[in-house]
Amino acid sequence: MTSTDTTQATQQARRRLNTSKAMVEAITQEMERDDSIVYLGEDVGEYGGIFSSTTGLLERFGKDRIIDTPISETAFIGLGIGAATEGMRPIVELMFADFLGVCLDQIYNHMAKIHYFSGGNVKVPMVLTTAVGGGYSDGGQHSQTLWGTFAHLPGMKVVVPSNPADAKGLMTSAIRDDNPVVYMFHKGIMGLPWMAKNKRSIDIVPEGEHLVPIGKARVAREGSDATIVTLSLSVHHSLDVAEALAGEGIDVEVIDLRSLVPLDREAILDSVRKTGRLIVVDEDYLSFGVSGEVVATVTDVDPGLLKAPVKRVTMPDVPIPYAHDLEYAALPTRDRIEAAVREVVS
Amino acid sequence: MGAAMTESTHASESTTECTTTSTTTRSAPADAPVPDTRETSAPGRDLSDDTRLGLYSTMVLSRTYEEAILREYHADKGPGFDIGKGLIPGEMHLSAGQEPVAAGVCAHLTAEDAVTATHRPHHFAVAHGVDMKKMTAEIFGRTTGLGRGRGGHMHLFDPDVHFSCSGIVAEGYPPALGMAFAFKRRGTDAIAVAVAGEGAANQGAFHESLNLAALWKLPVVFIVEDNEWGISVARTASTAVSSNAVRAAGYGIPGERIEDNDVEAVYQAAGRAVERARAGEGPSLIEVATLRLWGHFEGDAQGYRTDLDDITALDPIPRYESRLREAGVLDDAAVDSARERAVTQVEEAIDFAKDSDIPDPADLMKYIFAEEER
Repeated sequence: MTSTDTTQATQQARRRLNTSKAMVEAITQEMERDDSIVYLGEDVGEYGGIFSSTTGLLERFGKDRIIDTPISETAFIGLGIGAATEGMRPIVELMFADFLGVCLDQIYNHMAKIHYFSGGNVKVPMVLTTAVGGGYSDGGQHSQTLWGTFAHLPGMKVVVPSNPADAKGLMTSAIRDDNPVVYMFHKGIMGLPWMAKNKRSIDIVPEGEHLVPIGKARVAREGSDATIVTLSLSVHHSLDVAEALAGEGIDVEVIDLRSLVPLDREAILDSVRKTGRLIVVDEDYLSFGVSGEVVATVTDVDPGLLKAPVKRVTMPDVPIPYAHDLEYAALPTRDRIEAAVREVVS
Repeated sequence: MGAAMTESTHASESTTECTTTSTTTRSAPADAPVPDTRETSAPGRDLSDDTRLGLYSTMVLSRTYEEAILREYHADKGPGFDIGKGLIPGEMHLSAGQEPVAAGVCAHLTAEDAVTATHRPHHFAVAHGVDMKKMTAEIFGRTTGLGRGRGGHMHLFDPDVHFSCSGIVAEGYPPALGMAFAFKRRGTDAIAVAVAGEGAANQGAFHESLNLAALWKLPVVFIVEDNEWGISVARTASTAVSSNAVRAAGYGIPGERIEDNDVEAVYQAAGRAVERARAGEGPSLIEVATLRLWGHFEGDAQGYRTDLDDITALDPIPRYESRLREAGVLDDAAVDSARERAVTQVEEAIDFAKDSDIPDPADLMKYIFAEEER
């Protein structure tokens, strides 16, 4: 970056974008500098991505690089893998993470394992983007997050941005990474005009080249009384709760994991060493997943760090229901988070 | 240029060329003509002597290799048979009998072309020029192996010749599309060959891949090795059509079935398909009626098989040898020479593997991610 560019970036540092535009800006900038990048997926061309993950890319880069695929996830994800092993840097979109059932073999047995099986001789520099999350009554096959499932399977990085700047910075890093990276964007953070959006889904985004390192959590809010470890849309619910409780003198720290693989265990430990109290907020299912892993990160090192039992605020082990009131009984809402914090600090 | 080449044309070619050795009990798929939209000039009926010797030598090398693997695999499995024991532990799927497919296809390829093979990959690896020493070391689980002992015989990756394989049925097809996609975008005439067994033709990955490759005219040659057995299930019990070549018509691409494990017919069909792919005209599908001479894996007693009594007569290597002797292409000296060269190369690879280091358990977590090797 030239000094002029730096100056421009500084001058425009107050520019605000929604998350989807920030994500698209990273893809655009990377595609301009590297012509081995293509974007493949269902409805990513003229439609611009069902959740606006590719808006404007077709007009900018044309059909040779922004490519609508048939509804054949096994074939086109596998195609991305093969292209990556031959030196390209494909970005491949799985429209909903819930659809991994029709193509999981290519993801976990091929994309994630080829580098290891080859003893490091074959790289798979590919980004698998996918929309996650519920809260809008899309039913139990279009509302899951499933990031714990991806993170459980070794060999792929898993990034989960929560805000526009990170969406851009993590996308840039994902594209440049020599490993397969699963990039999971929550529909509720994208700033879509047709879905309830949180107030932080439009925020300041650096205009020039912007990288966020994969594997570094962010302290979204500093606090001293309790730690909420969370990710994605739940970061915003947790921040809302922390801000509300601040008025009562309860000082909550919020850790935004930003990536699950690698998991920034030191950031979790640093915060719990400070507060001694832990709440994990996760929109994925309760059992055998992310929330348990976060707790074990602490207890593996020193259970004595905890002054109170941990609370986990997650999706219970239930298929996500359709009816609004039922779905919101399952989601990790602000009310549930607040109740958990009060219990832990009491 | 017409669409006149039909499956019956090929069947009669095979019959003509194999009259002296057509002892197969296999029935030809006669219930439906195979659509073939290929535009081609008449295939060359006569292969050069060099080409025939090349096909023969490749088959001999592959068989010699697998006989050596077989020997080493069983050398220390006792007492009894413990699959996890020995210098070569684990499942071992050998391709003996299927050499004509690999030899006939790979004769048209260069090191720039990709091959994605199956859980039964050795014949294609040998025919495509995978580094035999490194492959053997991988099968022995050594640090000098293609995957430094992380892959094993179902997961062989040799980027120098763009070779890979997968242990999951039909799932080697989709990555081949991507390799072809990359070659095409790069403006080369390299192609990808995707191999699967007849059982794979009933998997979704197979059909998704044919459609996408046809839609985007990707330079892929799809090979189906019909060895009649999906482990213990006969193809008649698994597959609704008697020729998987007919399935190509569903995707508007040429499909052809080669009968009788005929290496020269494979060579000619593959030549047409490879030429079509290199010319940018899109993919083709070739199914070859081949032979699983040994078990699904070593240790498979094959009690389910009813075709074993006469199986040695079907072995494609002695059959091709006698055919070439009759044609005056091979004599005793040439046969001995091919075998001696094969034995020398194979035993050097076995020795290399045995002399190589066993991976250090402390290195278990190396190579999961790319940055860890820096």
